[in-house]
Amino acid sequence: MTATKAPIEPPPTPRAVRRPGDRIFAGSAKGSGIFILLVLAGVAAFLISEALPALTAPSEDIPGGEGLASYIGPLVLGTLLGAVLALLVATPLAVGIALYITYYAPRRIAAVLGYVIDLLAAIPSVVYGFWGLAVVAPTLVPFHVWAADHLSWIPFFAGPASTSGRTMFTVGLVLAIMILPIISAISREVFSQAPALHREAALALGATRWEMIQMAVLPYGKSGVIAGAMLGLGRALGETMAVAIILSGGAGATVNLISNSNPSTIASNIALSFPEATGVGVNTLIASGLVLFLITLVVNMLARWVVNRRADFSGAN
Amino acid sequence: MAKRIEVSDLNIYYGNFLAVEGVNVSIEPRSITALIGPSGCGKSTFLRSINRMHEVLPGARVEGKVVMDGQDLYGADVDPVNVRRQIGMVFQRPNPFPTMSIADNVIAGNRLNNKGMKKSDAADLVEKSLRGANLWNEVKDRLDRPGSSLSGGQQQRLCIARAIAVEPDVLLMDEPCSALDPISTLAIEDLMAELKERFTIVIVTHNMQQAARVSEQTGFFNLNGVGQPGRLIEFNPTEKIFSNPDQKATEDYISGRFG
Repeated sequence: MTATKAPIEPPPTPRAVRRPGDRIFAGSAKGSGIFILLVLAGVAAFLISEALPALTAPSEDIPGGEGLASYIGPLVLGTLLGAVLALLVATPLAVGIALYITYYAPRRIAAVLGYVIDLLAAIPSVVYGFWGLAVVAPTLVPFHVWAADHLSWIPFFAGPASTSGRTMFTVGLVLAIMILPIISAISREVFSQAPALHREAALALGATRWEMIQMAVLPYGKSGVIAGAMLGLGRALGETMAVAIILSGGAGATVNLISNSNPSTIASNIALSFPEATGVGVNTLIASGLVLFLITLVVNMLARWVVNRRADFSGAN
Repeated sequence: MAKRIEVSDLNIYYGNFLAVEGVNVSIEPRSITALIGPSGCGKSTFLRSINRMHEVLPGARVEGKVVMDGQDLYGADVDPVNVRRQIGMVFQRPNPFPTMSIADNVIAGNRLNNKGMKKSDAADLVEKSLRGANLWNEVKDRLDRPGSSLSGGQQQRLCIARAIAVEPDVLLMDEPCSALDPISTLAIEDLMAELKERFTIVIVTHNMQQAARVSEQTGFFNLNGVGQPGRLIEFNPTEKIFSNPDQKATEDYISGRFG
């Protein structure tokens, strides 16, 4: 029986030679990939399991006494306000710095400037916090007063102006400086890799330097700038120490950037409240951490989507 | 339209290094002038000095004159950007902008001068330029696709369409076929024969058969040794260069005795 069956079985396909170097490398690469997924899953599982009691607890047990949504809501608003303000200020500045370093500055100045910008990233955030509190906040008080006088028709500048400068506005600017090196370093990298082939094509058509940058550098670097901006946004969303030091937070939901009553941010609220939190209070803080985790996840997915939307035209093919 | 270029006593430097020395040549309008010679002899550098593209490299400068129909291209008040708008260039490797569609690639140069071009005018110009580059029938159904979706030969013709869309006076081609297969090369050579009715064409090529096939005039560049400047050894009608050159070095080169 087996003897008659044997011939119709397909001949064994010749197996590719497996070299130990390939196997070790493939295995370790796969292992690294799995490891990062496990860590992520572990963090998510911890956040969810610890946040569950807060989700099911009666609303009067939640700090504030009005339920989880009204506790976390203002924190989410504060987190987004500060981070988005930082992103809006930092991105154009970082792109400008990156373009100056890659295409305008004399080589020696470019090298020094690039080094100095990178140095910004090496300053600990607690130093930024104290600098923001001691220098930036008082310096910005006159602007707060001016904005309250002249721009109060914009909800963001409704006033009354803070006299200490410890506002969401100041936080946004300090966060902008903190994320500047991240965005400008990545932008610089992608701008300098814009192919000479296409830069020459633009110049040969009679483009000025700025037109050449618009035709051949910015479109090529766009996805890199977006990626850098999202990394920066991630840092701004999660920044704890600097915000905790500068911001006089804890007030309810408001988009007013320049008054003394500001919503706190998720990360700084956790840092400030955790030492005294007990029982469901701890679960509530962890639930807010879960929300921050989800916000960051959504931001990154959005960035991916934006980058991939016109992949055909990205210049990567 | 097509203009004559007179070059006199042109020296081209990169910093202190003299790359090309003492070029005197007159390039006729409505004809194809081929530049041949071994690698590193300065023919591409000379070509790029005609539209001041060599200045893209820091430290590059010239001595001498390049005059196009009475206009000194290196005059003190001449903006290199304007020179490049009058003198188009096609490069060795096809370089359509990957972030633009085929249609946008064609009119990229026109957009620089005329931001608010009407849609119908733009469409007409795209069709006219692509027809001029013998590419229209192949791409008319996918004008909104990226330029990088085309084959190498099509991409090079797209680059030619882009260069002629701005109606330049002169078209410079820096080894335009060296990255292409023989069929695509033939298509580009046929196209050049049509384009010379309207433009002054200067082509650098490593392919001597190509120089013999397409050009009216041929210039032979050579250098005495590494580190020496390149020189224009001989400039004559193509027939003469390939049958009875004046210089021994030219004859040695085209007959394959060196280089």
